[in-house]
Amino acid sequence: MMRMRTIEISVGAFVLAGALAFVVLMVQVSGVSLESSGGGYSLYAKFSDVAGLRVRSKVSMAGVTIGRVTAISVDTAYGEAEVEIRIDPGTGPLPIDTGARILTEGIVGARYISLMPGADEEVLGDGDYIEDTQGALVLENLIGDFITTLGDS
Amino acid sequence: MTDLLQRIGARTLERLAKVGQASVMWALAIWGLPRRGDFALLVRQIYSIGVLSLIIIVLSAFSIGSVIALQFYTQLARFGAEDAVGLGLALVLLRELGPVVTGLLFAGRAGSAITAEIGLMKSTEQLSSMEMMGVDPLRRIVAPRLWAGIISMPLLTAIFNVVAIYGGAVVAVQWLGSDPGGFWSGMQDAVEVWDDLGKGTVKSIVFAVFVTWIAVFQGYDTEPTAEGIGRATTRTVVLSSVMVLALDFALTLGMYGEFK
Repeated sequence: MMRMRTIEISVGAFVLAGALAFVVLMVQVSGVSLESSGGGYSLYAKFSDVAGLRVRSKVSMAGVTIGRVTAISVDTAYGEAEVEIRIDPGTGPLPIDTGARILTEGIVGARYISLMPGADEEVLGDGDYIEDTQGALVLENLIGDFITTLGDS
Repeated sequence: MTDLLQRIGARTLERLAKVGQASVMWALAIWGLPRRGDFALLVRQIYSIGVLSLIIIVLSAFSIGSVIALQFYTQLARFGAEDAVGLGLALVLLRELGPVVTGLLFAGRAGSAITAEIGLMKSTEQLSSMEMMGVDPLRRIVAPRLWAGIISMPLLTAIFNVVAIYGGAVVAVQWLGSDPGGFWSGMQDAVEVWDDLGKGTVKSIVFAVFVTWIAVFQGYDTEPTAEGIGRATTRTVVLSSVMVLALDFALTLGMYGEFK
């Protein structure tokens, strides 16, 4: 009978360890934060091109991560991409003339949104649009422009 | 000429009959368990299939994780992209190597044990005496093993992945000195819960179904001699390893299949 008890204990420990491993994989490896979705506020921004930006991409200001991209959709009427940004709770208010650019980390790194500080007294509230935006630099377009310029001269 | 044709036909029919028998057995056994009182049997099988495989899984995971980190680091450092070690490691493990290597080890460690055990039961006629006593061997012997495999494999895979990722972290961060922030945040940015973790888990469950199925059937189908048990055990390991690799390709194609 004692033997069955040790077996049951070790099976229990095994199942628990497996469940714990799943939790570690979710929290530490895929970065699901348990306290998210509460607090913070959402902003929207329209870009001419968001190539390479993905849901959960970083949103930073002065190099500090202050939020994440939560949704990307396309506005077919204007051919623009609309990006929803969730600003982390604890981040101070952002002036209404804050700008947004899409940049790349390093030369082959992930795309992220960099917010450029504004100076206005008024601040952005939940659901407001960031007006001053600059889309992603697409290398193919740059090369295309360059070749056209070469052809003209 | 007709002799040859006849032989081919006979072999084919024989094989098909085996597959048919195996399928019927699996279908009967898999519905056989969810009844009270069988729980102790299931726990015992999870012990011998899952808990006893733990040591080999942890050891291999640590070696594999650290060797992947080492290789990634040396190659990526040439482009100055050492920060990508973490995300490369996590994606490779969660999507492919975790489920596949666990499946192969599982086939070698647990699959062979199942076949040998059931084969021995058959050759010592324990199975027929069970039937004589009115105990259904499908319910008592086969079903607990199938379910124990299906429960254990995803857990073993998750443990494998965690150990391998931390093994890789030890090599890349502690030893080679890559930046821990880049290592972990790069990983967290790239890994998706369903796309990477979820689909990897689906793979491991599918592998578990096939490996335990092959192992149990080979044991059941053994020629009741010492030599026969040896052959059946070998066949289990070979067949289920090939099956894991082939299924992995099929599953990757099916689940991530937007390659064209």
